[in-house]
Amino acid sequence: MGTTAIKISARDVQVYYGDNHAIKNVSIDIEDKTVTAFIGPSGCGKSTFLRCLNRMNDTIDICKVTGSIRIDDEDIYERRVDPVQLRAKVGMVFQKPNPFPKSIYDNVAYGPRIHGLAQNKGDLDDIVERALRRGAIWNEVKDRLQSPGTGLSGGQQQRLCIARAVATEPEVLLMDEPCSALDPIATAQVEELIDELRKSFSVVIVTHSMQQAARVSQKTAFFHLGNMVEYGETGQIFTTPQDPRTESYITGRIG
Amino acid sequence: MTQQHITSAFDRDLASIQAKIMKMGGLVEAAILEGAISLETRDEERAEKVRAADKAIDLLEEKINEDAARLIALRSPTAGDLRLVLAIMKISGNLERIGDYAKNMAKRTGVLAQMAPVSDSAGSLRRMAKEVSKMLKDVLDAYIHRDAELAGDVIKRDSDVDQMYNGLFREFLTFMMEDPRNITACMHLHFIGKNIERMGDHVTAIAEQVVYLVTGEYPEEDRVKSDVTSTQTI
Amino acid sequence: MTDAIQRPEKKKSSLLQLDARTRTRNAGEKRFKAYGMIAIAFGLFMLSILVFNIVTRGAGAYQQTFVALEVELLAGKLDKKGNRDLDDIKKVSTFGYTPLLSNALEAKVIELGIETDLKAKKMVGILSKSAAAQVRDYVLNNPNKIGETIGFEFLASSRVDGYLKRRVSRDSIGNDKNISSAQLDLVDALKAEGCLAKRFNMSFITGSDASDARPEAAGMGTSMIGSFFMMLVVLVLALPIGVAASIYLEEFAPKNWITDIIEVNISNLAAVPSIVFGILGLAVFINYMHLPNSAPLVGGLVLTLMTLPTIIISTRASLKAVPPSIRDAALGVGASKMQSVLHHVLPLAAPGILTGTIIGLAQALGETAPLLLIGMVGFIASNPPDSIAAGLLSPNSAMPAQIYEWAKRADPAFYERAWGGIIILLVFLVTMNTIAVILRRRFERRW
Repeated sequence: MGTTAIKISARDVQVYYGDNHAIKNVSIDIEDKTVTAFIGPSGCGKSTFLRCLNRMNDTIDICKVTGSIRIDDEDIYERRVDPVQLRAKVGMVFQKPNPFPKSIYDNVAYGPRIHGLAQNKGDLDDIVERALRRGAIWNEVKDRLQSPGTGLSGGQQQRLCIARAVATEPEVLLMDEPCSALDPIATAQVEELIDELRKSFSVVIVTHSMQQAARVSQKTAFFHLGNMVEYGETGQIFTTPQDPRTESYITGRIG
Repeated sequence: MTQQHITSAFDRDLASIQAKIMKMGGLVEAAILEGAISLETRDEERAEKVRAADKAIDLLEEKINEDAARLIALRSPTAGDLRLVLAIMKISGNLERIGDYAKNMAKRTGVLAQMAPVSDSAGSLRRMAKEVSKMLKDVLDAYIHRDAELAGDVIKRDSDVDQMYNGLFREFLTFMMEDPRNITACMHLHFIGKNIERMGDHVTAIAEQVVYLVTGEYPEEDRVKSDVTSTQTI
Repeated sequence: MTDAIQRPEKKKSSLLQLDARTRTRNAGEKRFKAYGMIAIAFGLFMLSILVFNIVTRGAGAYQQTFVALEVELLAGKLDKKGNRDLDDIKKVSTFGYTPLLSNALEAKVIELGIETDLKAKKMVGILSKSAAAQVRDYVLNNPNKIGETIGFEFLASSRVDGYLKRRVSRDSIGNDKNISSAQLDLVDALKAEGCLAKRFNMSFITGSDASDARPEAAGMGTSMIGSFFMMLVVLVLALPIGVAASIYLEEFAPKNWITDIIEVNISNLAAVPSIVFGILGLAVFINYMHLPNSAPLVGGLVLTLMTLPTIIISTRASLKAVPPSIRDAALGVGASKMQSVLHHVLPLAAPGILTGTIIGLAQALGETAPLLLIGMVGFIASNPPDSIAAGLLSPNSAMPAQIYEWAKRADPAFYERAWGGIIILLVFLVTMNTIAVILRRRFERRW
């Protein structure tokens, strides 16, 4: 694997939704500048674990998280950490494209504004342009930055959401089934974008489609019933998986 | 893999292509045996049947390749399924080559029947062919039962075939040196012997595919090449 | 492997022929539709009866009989000292102006050649009792006109008005002291000459209420101002409090039994009879806090309490309607909970909140029971308030209370005015609700 640095290090993470033990003892090291895919059947906990990485589970009252999750060797669940600041460092893109009902410019500029990343309008313009370029959507919208974000097509909206997420210069990008609402061409565009993004960020993507995980990721983790069953290099997982449960899921033998 | 696929059509496709492989294996096995018998009994009719039967083997290989391509395109097989399809494609190629050698053997039988028999060479060749045929049967069993050990065993037995070929090579040289009138016959017999040895190599290749299919890796040790005829001076 | 289920062979049927089940079903649905139509038609029918009644009974209030007269402002009567001193002129009461009116009438009768047995004093009876005051106000405002003859339009007395509107007939005036048959003759003659006619009466809308003796002068104006100030108080208080409470309950309140109790109580408050709020207002605001009686401020406070549950409930519905994906998106970008609510959720919920507020205000506008208890009925003849503070604190009435008051009085002229007031109230309510509907349509968002 060479000397890729470890960006996120999770140890013995347990997550409870009330009485339901959703994540059982997951330990994983996620590498920097790499795309890591989480695959597994419905309800296996992959989305839940993803949401632990930027503490989005805090918004759910009955959710309890134990164990340690360290990003850049800092425990993100420590008292001193403000989840709001964490989420500027760890961006998130959701399943259904959800641009704010504002202009394209304001969509991208909102994050930098509230985190005070720009000194003046010129800076903000630069940040917005850079983010939109990163989101592979600049050329399509540069002439209509003031038009509403909700007026774009599905694929464009999702790329806008990705641009919005990278506008705050995060170091980790979390993506929860980002292509499940998109048609094949938009999906391919987003996947290409993810491949570009991994040069600058550590990307963790949850996906239902094994083909997508195979296409897009360098490392894959297979979750099953709250456990992380196998974690390895993507090519190896898809040709010679070690665990029979992984093999069963990948070849379509269990749901 | 005892579990079924959720998509039963996938299982049906796999079953169909595996059935074809088994059929092809059976045909090739029969071709070897029949060819050997016709050589020994100098039965030209039998030999002609073997030659005609090769067409069916070639057709099966074509069909299997088509089915494999379709399977890859439509089912996106991964892990064990992917190794299975790749193995099947290689195995059918090897079987087709074995079938071709059997056909070649039958062709030369026609010529040899015109000439005088050369001592018991036909018998030795039959024994060699029987050994190869047994290897093929075992490797097909190993394939059906996903038995990597048996396949490994078959790989080892190839050296016996190679030894037999070495012996035959020396024998033919002796015959040719003894009586130059034997040269033509011996040349044909030698080619037959070489073909049978090549058949053994192909069976070994099939066995290696079976090991890859089951374990995910090709067998590590280099194939024992006991055929020294190309390197040693006899 | 699924077992192949043996099904009995289905008879081949043609799509072009309806089978019995489909026919029965269609017939049933037609009947159901018919019932619905009948119900709607019935509702519309009753509604049209209601509207018809209101309009026909209330339209009369907007028309009033006026008499056109030229009055000579005799200097001798009005400004005895002749120095046009305002204080001296003020000393002449309305009683002193009455002779001027009788002179004017006499002159008119002679001018038009009308034959009548009435003495001048009796003739004045056909004018409203406010006529003298009207002339006095004019003189006080224009003292330099004393000595000239000015044309005035006076309200006719309510009996005369009733006569023209067919409320009063010659037979009905048998025991009526306010009008006599001879006066009615005079009225007919004046009407024939064109000095006396019904016309649109703006002061019904703008004027203030009047005493029992002068129903012809009663108007809705001041009560409308009273209602306006009350609505102002409701808007300024109920909207912020309601929205803030909703935001707390919807976004920040922890899910425990305290929150449950609060929510249950809010729903219950919406169902409390309005008169209970009136008693509450009386006890707390007037008796305990000693706020002025009958003030729009108190009325506004009481109505605020009544409208709060409505606003809270509709605001919560609007907040709930904002999809959680927007909140997630805001949180994901690194906004705090408060920022996501203020920057994203609230602007999106604003149209719904606005609609709820307008509907709440419209409801409050029509409330009568609580106002009765805090004293906002009763005859108030004051002039319009001079300042906002006066508007809030000086005693006043409100539209529904005014209508109630008029409906109570014996004089049928007031009864007519009650209907007229109802028309105004309904116009306001319909307008407000229409605005609410239009706003809701315009800003309705499709996610």
